[in-house]
Amino acid sequence: MSATTIAPASPAAAAPWFRWDRVALWSVLLLFALFFLVPMYVMLTTSLKDMAQVREGGLLSLPTAPSFDAWAKAWSSACTGVDCGGLRPFFFNSVLMVIPAVAISTALGAINGYVLSKWRFRGSELIFALMLFGMFMPFQVVLLPMSQILGWFGIASSIWGLVLVHILAGLPSTALFFRNYYVGLPDELVKAAMLDGAGFWRIFWRIVLPLSTPILVVTLIWQFTQIWNDFLFGVVFSGAGSKPVTVGLNNLANTSSAVKEYNVDMAAAMIAGLPTLIVYVVAGQYFVRGLTAGAVKG
Amino acid sequence: MAPSSARLAAWMPKLVLAPSFVLALLFIYGLMAWNGYLSLSASRLLPNYEFVGFDQYVTLFDSERWWVALKNLGIFGGLFIFFGMAIGLLLAILLDQKIRAEGVLRTIYLYPMALSFIVTGTAWKWILNPGLGLEKLVNDWGFAGFQFDWLINPDRAIYTVVIAGVWQSAGFVMALFLAGLRGIDDSILKAAQIDGASLPRIYWRIIIPSLRPVFFSTLMVLSHLAIKSFDLVMALTAGGPGFATDVPATFMYTMAFTRGQIGLGAASATVMLATVAAIVVPYLYSELRAKK
Repeated sequence: MSATTIAPASPAAAAPWFRWDRVALWSVLLLFALFFLVPMYVMLTTSLKDMAQVREGGLLSLPTAPSFDAWAKAWSSACTGVDCGGLRPFFFNSVLMVIPAVAISTALGAINGYVLSKWRFRGSELIFALMLFGMFMPFQVVLLPMSQILGWFGIASSIWGLVLVHILAGLPSTALFFRNYYVGLPDELVKAAMLDGAGFWRIFWRIVLPLSTPILVVTLIWQFTQIWNDFLFGVVFSGAGSKPVTVGLNNLANTSSAVKEYNVDMAAAMIAGLPTLIVYVVAGQYFVRGLTAGAVKG
Repeated sequence: MAPSSARLAAWMPKLVLAPSFVLALLFIYGLMAWNGYLSLSASRLLPNYEFVGFDQYVTLFDSERWWVALKNLGIFGGLFIFFGMAIGLLLAILLDQKIRAEGVLRTIYLYPMALSFIVTGTAWKWILNPGLGLEKLVNDWGFAGFQFDWLINPDRAIYTVVIAGVWQSAGFVMALFLAGLRGIDDSILKAAQIDGASLPRIYWRIIIPSLRPVFFSTLMVLSHLAIKSFDLVMALTAGGPGFATDVPATFMYTMAFTRGQIGLGAASATVMLATVAAIVVPYLYSELRAKK
């Protein structure tokens, strides 16, 4: 910084419009923005090229004749292993799995969080602590026993088996989200309602739930992203007719064929990524709140 | 109220919590114990509850492939945590300088976190592939001798996992640090400025030290992400070439579900669990204690 700058080094101070430190700051910020955006740009442009352009043009070149042919192929006729029906069946498996799993795990989280914050009893904090470890444990330890249990229930290799596993795996984080949010609601609300003779459920439906919209959105988005993006449970617990879209994408991209069709791979990756990406663009702030809430306990 | 319904009302919270609690407990601790038992059994292709003591662990730690997996986890985990933290902190500090387009930049830095690691892995596999990807791009720019074959080079492939992992998670770390920075009391900073402290000095001496709890929880999150990382490796290298990029999670999957070595897979899962527990349990304990 030049010696003539008398203003304090505070960024808040009124500054001349051009300063070297601001230029440096912006260069670094924009370089990183580029670093984060380039893979998405490459994915999108590659998916709009044909293979001739993929081979001849550079990684960063724009498609000369953009077309959605690769998308159409990825959706309905690309080969994933032996069958060649594209990502479509996998995508709908994911949809069928994600809707009940998200709805049920969020509902359970709301009720559990309500008990753990507004109806504490002796031992409820210990219960909460015991559940919290479930957010961190490596799921590898549940894979083998769980596949045996799903077999006993006759839901191994089915979408319902996956739904069940996702609900169980989601219990700790959803309870944590709602509990931490409800702790912030004044206890007087509940006490006043109790004096008026309202019971457990009435207070939940009439007072607590109507105040829960923000945390409901956070939890729904969080669970949706987690479950849609899951690969581990998907690859272990699904069968031929119930593989989710992440497994389909992985099979598609790793199917060895004579000619590797990178444009189809990229289109498939875009298709698998779009639902969560759209949710992020539309409701990013809620997604970020879920991320930080999941990381910072309390 | 009739006495019986009053008693029911008193029990209601416990009744409501009970099913979830029992299920969560069985799912977490019950299956952990079960997996632990499998790891002490002779199970191979099918579960076989003949007790063999620690044989599977002996086999595990005699296995060259397991040591490769551990070494890779060390390389990947160390670099992933270091670069994730460094880039995340840098971006958070820069974004905290009253940047006009902060919201847009934040959205850009964070969007990879909304994507599946499978999507990320597929994309990076294409970008880093030696034939048509980055290598060809730099060659076309006129650097004909440039070679970039890390993805298929057994000694280098694990570093491509680091690149993709940092790309995916750095924005997340930024969000955590930014939240921490926003929580710092402004008046301390104003006082330091009036005393004539320079901006870098204020950051180094006051702000970064006061972010210690955020460092701690970020470290926690990144290290357990590293230990659990599975999808990214599967999508990017599938553990290859050979088993050069195996990590414990892919080792466990391969042994338990494709090689018919259930006991060995269970033993490796138990080792992963013990590692995570050693890191996370003291942290959870101190967090919950601090709340009281």
